Amino acid sequence: MAAEQVTPTSYITHHLTFNAKSIGDGGFWTLHVDSIVTAVVLGLVGIGFIWWVVRKATPGVPGKLQAFVELMIEFVDDQVKDTFTHGDRHKFVAPVALTVFVWVVLMNAMDFIPVDWIAWFTEHVLHQDNWRPVPTADVNTTFALALSVWLLMIFFSIQVKGLGGWLHEIFCAPFGVKPLWLAPLLIVFNLLFNIVEYVSKPLSHSLRLFGNMYAGEIIFILLWIWAATGLAGTIFGSALAVGWAIFHILIVLLQAFIFMMLTVVYIAMAHEHH
Amino acid sequence: MNLNLTLIAQAVAFAIFIWFTAKFVWPFLMRAIEARQKQVADGLAAAERGRAELAAAGKQSETTVAEARARAQDIISSAEKRAAEMIDEAKSAAKSEGERLVAGAKAEIAQEVARAKESLREQVASLAVAGAEKILRREVDAKAHADMLSGLKAELK
Repeated sequence: MAAEQVTPTSYITHHLTFNAKSIGDGGFWTLHVDSIVTAVVLGLVGIGFIWWVVRKATPGVPGKLQAFVELMIEFVDDQVKDTFTHGDRHKFVAPVALTVFVWVVLMNAMDFIPVDWIAWFTEHVLHQDNWRPVPTADVNTTFALALSVWLLMIFFSIQVKGLGGWLHEIFCAPFGVKPLWLAPLLIVFNLLFNIVEYVSKPLSHSLRLFGNMYAGEIIFILLWIWAATGLAGTIFGSALAVGWAIFHILIVLLQAFIFMMLTVVYIAMAHEHH
Repeated sequence: MNLNLTLIAQAVAFAIFIWFTAKFVWPFLMRAIEARQKQVADGLAAAERGRAELAAAGKQSETTVAEARARAQDIISSAEKRAAEMIDEAKSAAKSEGERLVAGAKAEIAQEVARAKESLREQVASLAVAGAEKILRREVDAKAHADMLSGLKAELK
């Protein structure tokens, strides 16, 4: 990179290229090392921090760290309590919501670190050419989360209603099968409807987060390009980047919250009988 | 923006994080929070109990004070009664004593009077004898006129 002339195109391309490692034949057998490493490190930091605080949790007067963690956990728990009323939420759903929320917030928040600082670090310390710092701006990450939730949704659906009940729901809901002479047509419609629903849920779930984060990342990159075009560009680009970063705080938290809420809602819906 | 193995790797990481949170993070904090909620509930219950006890103690002390006051009233009235009785007794004792003294004095006076009468009678008798002697210019033989003298003495009684 250093030897070439940096153009806007090469700059954008550089920041939007994954650190991909091919581990087999074909396009699928590729790992985005940057997404995975960043995501796992952030997960370890976030969940590990909470675990570290919670391990020493006391029922007495909590310290500042414990109060912070409790605040966060009770916030998540309140959301789950309002949505999920189909059993013991403490066993699975609430921990899932907490994991999703903390992890996604941290992954989204990587947007706040200026991309070129990260690029410098990964290039000069880790000796990697490309490094995309925001794992949630990688569609693989958001799909991984959404599809995991999707599988959980199907799993709980079958667990609660039984395989027969689940299949019955797929063919007989939401339009029912009455009157009888219309039944074949209704079954087709029910099936189509459910397929659309089952496809659209993970798609909207993952693409909403991905789109927001990707757009945020690109706007930052564009502002940094402007900031490199001279004094006026530096001043206005930086000022706008500050504004965008402040607005982006809202987006980061909001998208993480939406992602968590949808996770809970989808799992709760899987527990409902039609 | 192509889907690849990263998806599965991230899903595995996600599963591990969920497992870890559900197993090691959530229960710990929930335990602490629930223990604290119990402590707070216990504290509130204890405070409520304390308040009830305080109210009961207040009522108790009120009745005790009322009882004590009634008893004091009783004691005072009985003491007053007793005092009145004592005064009456003293009065009657003094009265009878006075009467006794008066009666004694009267008896003494009567005695004195009797004694004075006796001596007056003696003196009058002797005066009468002396007077008669003077009148008769001669000696009255006390022995010869004893009958007359004793008759005179009896007349003076």
